[in-house]
Amino acid sequence: MKLKHLAAYSLAAQSLALGTAFAQTPLTMWYHGAGNEVESAIINQIVDDFNASQSDWSVSLESFPQGAYNDSVVAAALAGNLPDILDVDGPVMPNWAWAGYMQPLPLDESVIADFLPGTKGYWDGELYSIGLWDAAVAMVARQSTLDALGLRTPTVAEPWTGEEFMAALDAAKATGDWEYAFDPGMAWTGEWYPYAFSPFLQSFGGDIVDRSTYQSAEGVLNGDAAIEFGEWWQSLFAEGYAPGTSQDPAARDNGFLEGRYAFSWNGNWAALNALNAFDDTLFLPAPDFGNGPKIGAASWQFGVSGSSDHPDGAAAFIEFALQDEYLAAFSNGIGLIPATASAAAMTENYAEGGAMAEFFELSEAQALVRPVTPGYVVQAKVFEKALADIANGADVADTLDAAVDEIDADIERNSGYGH
Amino acid sequence: MSAISPDNQGLRLAVRYAVLVLIAIIFVFPLVFMVMSSLKPDQQLLADTSSLRAFLPVGDVGLNNYTAAFERAPIGLFVFNSVLVTGLTVALCLLVCSMAGFAFVYLNWRGRDVILSVILATLIVPFETIAIPLLLLVSKLPWIGWEGVTIGWLNSYRVQIIPWIADALTIFLFVQYFKGLPRELIEAARAEGATWFQIYWRVVMPLSGPVLATAAILKFLVMYNQYLWPLIVVQQEQYRPVMVGLQYFFQLNIAWGEVMAYLTMITVPVLAFYLALQRAFIASIASTGVKG
Repeated sequence: MKLKHLAAYSLAAQSLALGTAFAQTPLTMWYHGAGNEVESAIINQIVDDFNASQSDWSVSLESFPQGAYNDSVVAAALAGNLPDILDVDGPVMPNWAWAGYMQPLPLDESVIADFLPGTKGYWDGELYSIGLWDAAVAMVARQSTLDALGLRTPTVAEPWTGEEFMAALDAAKATGDWEYAFDPGMAWTGEWYPYAFSPFLQSFGGDIVDRSTYQSAEGVLNGDAAIEFGEWWQSLFAEGYAPGTSQDPAARDNGFLEGRYAFSWNGNWAALNALNAFDDTLFLPAPDFGNGPKIGAASWQFGVSGSSDHPDGAAAFIEFALQDEYLAAFSNGIGLIPATASAAAMTENYAEGGAMAEFFELSEAQALVRPVTPGYVVQAKVFEKALADIANGADVADTLDAAVDEIDADIERNSGYGH
Repeated sequence: MSAISPDNQGLRLAVRYAVLVLIAIIFVFPLVFMVMSSLKPDQQLLADTSSLRAFLPVGDVGLNNYTAAFERAPIGLFVFNSVLVTGLTVALCLLVCSMAGFAFVYLNWRGRDVILSVILATLIVPFETIAIPLLLLVSKLPWIGWEGVTIGWLNSYRVQIIPWIADALTIFLFVQYFKGLPRELIEAARAEGATWFQIYWRVVMPLSGPVLATAAILKFLVMYNQYLWPLIVVQQEQYRPVMVGLQYFFQLNIAWGEVMAYLTMITVPVLAFYLALQRAFIASIASTGVKG
């Protein structure tokens, strides 16, 4: 008899479970974290928690390796095979939104009021994507280096001026203790160039494109400020301050840790290695070359695909994922900067007094998103080539003029990219 | 003309072997580097790159990179997918392209030369130029399977196999090889009353070992190294091949030891296939060399 009851209860429980499962509308989601065990575990946990937390939606996740992700999304968009929820690299979002791969994210602004500015993806006045974290770049150095060279320690409130920075490089170079005084990271090609180096240009007063109209790079990428930046940039390599484009990737990864470079321009994702290597590691703010210190902003963010029939369901999942506990989990797991101060307080490294708290401060104080335009994906490549050419000795003015021509021609070919 | 003395002959042999050994070293060194690097922790691997230690199993060697690589990606699944897709494509390609080659060489039909020329002309069209149209095509094609008729081939094995079965280079290889076979054999078989299919299957194919091996190896390499096509037509991990799987190892901080371990493992099927067909492949190259 008991067995019969047990079977009946079991059947009823299964029916209920199945009923719940059937009632849930399926949503698909693509994510770029395949191959990263920690990241995959966290995103899977969020999906599982969301699916268990309500009965309206059921998210199924497909992970892609990061290097293959963007091409897969573009191909799927062409084939009409996009999922409901996408993740997108911040500077790429305007292009995908403009191309119709994404639709506005129906999320109440109050939900993201406390988020770092770089985590919010706006295009054409509407929110399209939101990030659970941001990334930041800092000048990695050692206190012992500053002491030995007699340099003051710059702060977010009082960063080094351009002259102070160059004086620091001169002092480091003069000792002969390091192979190079400064490692900007020339071996990291691709998005690193615009992400890490365009803030220098912006601090000089130039930019990749004129942000007031987004219709031309004339005057901003080849104006006086940009030429001044270009000459400074070229001098870093011509005068032996920094390794050039032929830098070995292994040297980029380990040069600072091995004591070959005095200062390294690097991201928060590499900060833990530096902290483990030296107990006097410092993360210094970007120097101010005249127009304020700048660093890049915007990392991977979540949004709704243009073909999704369930933007409300997708938004429900994204809002669920924005909880502080998940922001903190990502930060603790992969070292990224949590999007909110309350989440930062829950983390090991970004809480007040934490080993990487400076990065949160830098993101708040110095971050400038890359140009918010669909044309950025082309402009980034043009900028990268121009900087590599200048580093290799090309004429600064000619190279920047050519870059402007290429960017303007692309904007014209695409009828202004919808601005 | 002076006669070759035994001393001269010995010297020539020594020089020849020295050159061959040098060439062998040049070709083998990358493989040795890959295998040795797969056994070392990252820091040692990077430090060793500037010396001959990079080619030696010295220092802190072990299998940790292999363990970590298996934890990072479903390597068995990727290798299975690649071997399945490659194996089926190679087998079907050899069948279809040899039949096409046979028809171009032995059968008389109107437009034969024009069509062969058109097929060969496709050799100059890079795949990248037709990738998107092909993607749009396969995303709309119907398929009859266990679930009945479905639309779209994306996320399947068939989408990685069928578009690659027929290819101009393999047809060309068969055409060239068949032209070199003695015509009398075909005529004798015809006189005996053999059908064209019997001639193809019982006369021509048994004589085609070298070209089959060559075509198989070349096609195997093309298929096993596929990256762009599976990248755009497969969005589910269960169908991903090894080359797309390689991307799993390129994170922000690249674990080079794991990359080398993964590369070592995925190179094994290629080497095994080549070694299995090596004799016939060399025979094919040799026969091509002495022709004419």
